[in-house]
Order: sequence, then C-alpha cells, then structure tokens
Amino acid sequence: MRVVHYLNQFYGGLGGEAKAGVPLETREGAVGPGRLLEQVLGEGTKVVTTLVCGDNYAVEHQAEVTASVVEKVREARADLFVAGPCFEAGRYGMAAGALCSAVRSALGVPVITGMAEENPGADLYREALYIIDSGRSAAKMRDVLIKMASLGRKLVNKVPIGLPTEEGYLRRGLIRDQFVTKTAATRLVDMLVAKVKGEAFESEMVATSFEPIPMPPAVKDLSKAKLMLVTDGGLVPKGNPDKIEGMAATRWGAYRIEGLDDLSGEDYEISHGGYDPRFVQEDPDRLVPLDAVREMEKRGMIGKLHPEFISTSGLANPLSNTRRMGKEMVEKVKQEGVDAVILTST
Amino acid sequence: MEKAGIPVVQITSAVPIAKMVGSNRVVLGHGIVHVTGDASLSPEDEKELRRELVKKALNALQSTDKQG
Repeated sequence: MRVVHYLNQFYGGLGGEAKAGVPLETREGAVGPGRLLEQVLGEGTKVVTTLVCGDNYAVEHQAEVTASVVEKVREARADLFVAGPCFEAGRYGMAAGALCSAVRSALGVPVITGMAEENPGADLYREALYIIDSGRSAAKMRDVLIKMASLGRKLVNKVPIGLPTEEGYLRRGLIRDQFVTKTAATRLVDMLVAKVKGEAFESEMVATSFEPIPMPPAVKDLSKAKLMLVTDGGLVPKGNPDKIEGMAATRWGAYRIEGLDDLSGEDYEISHGGYDPRFVQEDPDRLVPLDAVREMEKRGMIGKLHPEFISTSGLANPLSNTRRMGKEMVEKVKQEGVDAVILTST
Repeated sequence: MEKAGIPVVQITSAVPIAKMVGSNRVVLGHGIVHVTGDASLSPEDEKELRRELVKKALNALQSTDKQG
C-alpha cells in the first residue's frame, strides 16, 4: 500500500510558529510521525511521499496548496492519503480537512485524518470525513496513529466501517439501519434498570451540541431591503412538484408568489408529518404570512418581497441533511440579493 | 443562513428549539398548528394578529438585541 502523508511545519520537523509561513515542501519517504504510521500500518506499506507545509501558508494559500497536494498524491499513485493527526491545532486541522476532502473528491483516493473534537477543522469536516478523535494530547500519538491506520486500511480494502465508538472516529451524524434482537421497550427498560442500579449504560440518543452563531447585523433600512419568506412547515403547491418528503426531508423548493396578495388553500398542500395541517390547509397565510407582508410592502415598510418563498419540511431530519439544505438555500438567497429572511417554523 | 451573515427572524412557537439550534432573532408564534394565525378568531382579528406578528418580526430584524 502506497501512502502519502501530510504534516504541518512542526511535525514535519521544520520548526514552530516562526516557520508557519513556509510553503509546501515535498519529501521522499516518511518523516516524523510518518515513520510510526508506516510501522503501525504494517508489512507491505510505504509512506512514499511526505508533504510538509507551514500552518499559515496552508490557510492563506488554500487553493494553491490544495491543487499541489492533489497533484502530488496523483503522481505518487497513492492508495491512501493521511493528514495529521492535528490534535487541537486549528489551522492544521482546517488544512487537513480541506486537503482530505479535495483528494478524495478529485482522485477517489481514501483519506483519513485525526483531530481533537474541539478543533475547528473537526466542526467543518466531521460530517464529510472519517476523523479519528485524537484527543488534545500529542503524547497519545501512537494510539491515534494505530486507530488512523486501522480505519485507513479498512477504507482502502472497502471493508464495512463500524460505529464511531468502535473505530474511534468523531460522530458524523449519519443514520443507518441495524438489526437488533431486543425491542425498543426492552432496551429502554434495561437502560433504566442500569441507571437506577448505578451501572453503565449507553444511550441511543446522543444529544447534539450546537455552537453559537454570531448575530448577523441589523437591517439598516427595511424600506430598501429585499425580504424573503422561508418556512419549514412543509407548505408546497398542490401536487408537491418537488416531492418534498413529510419527514426527514432531503429536498426543498422555491415557489412563485408574485402578484399574489394572499395564499389560498386550494392551491397548496402540506407535506409535513409532524403537526395537524388542517388550519394551514384552510389558509396558508397562517404559516406563510404573505397577506400581511404584502400589505407592508405596499405601504413601503419593506423595500421588496422576493417573488418566491422557500419551503421544506422540518421533521426528524438528520443534521447532515438540514445543514446541506441550509447551505443550498444560502446560495439561492445570496444569488437573489435577499437582505433579510422571515422564517416561520411549526 | 445566519452563519452566512444573512439576518433571519424566526417566528415559531417552539422557542426553546429555535434557541437550542442558535437562532438569534426569535419571535414567539401563535401556536404550532398556526404559527401566524388563529382559526378561532374572526378573519379581521386574525389578520390583525398576523400584522402584529410580522411587525414584531420586522422590528427584530432591525435590532441587534438578542430576541426571544
């Protein structure tokens, strides 16, 4: 197995923060932690190329570094691309995530990296990549490399990947089917009994934590602003043209409302399995308040109402889905020059 | 969208959920099943209720005070 390994200037042996501006360098063979990586990957594995780059350079010249790294991995005919582990080093983690992501999508080469959960690179790439949870301490280098090697090997050999707790990677927010022998009721009572007895048990629902989002600036002059209506209440035109699912929706739609002063229930339906839709069916303005907003547009309180509203169905949806749709909506909103959004949620 | 810097006001009756996921501008809606309406009111009163909610939402968009 041929491996290409990416390291920052520190682990690449160039030096500390003073060398963070060093451009990408190519070394033949394993360097620093790469030697250990080669060892734990076992017989028949060779780190053919090590790429070393300063943390600042990698972040400031991301496009250039990414393109060179992809090219080097291609030239090396690598079977596996390994970056880090990066522990808590933020710039290192961001670079490792971006490079892994680029190598995999450009070349289809399996990739593996390692980071602490607190690393901003983990926040950004944990859904897209397998990131071994390295913890904060570089003293754990060997343990982390063993896990990275094991998972990397599985990816190369296309062996099924176990759960995050089994393999040691950061939860990706993926949901998959699994056969179990006990019903939910039995499992629940087992857990409860264990809890009461003070024994260990593992919850099947892991609470997700959300990082705070900085508040976007206030709209300075609403009378000049373009406003858009968005809802996660599943209001769609009759026939549900985009086939938006009523639960765990993977799709969203934008629907024309230009020239309309009011929404009529005859033209719409609700694709949402989580609330009683009768009232909104009777009058969709109860979810998408077009009539009131249109009045305010006519009175000049709002510059312009965007001629479409966006809708999807917000129910029992994995975060990986909703985040993707959110990003897609942002693209649309930016493209249309929308200044502010009213989101109505059931 | 807020992460991308777009001001968003969320009208919802599930304020704790909105806050949990990090919404900065939240206006309390008028029930889960009719966020911006109320079937038990006369059409005129219902529309007035909707105007008030939208006005609150517009005010929130023009402010940087944490809402909700």
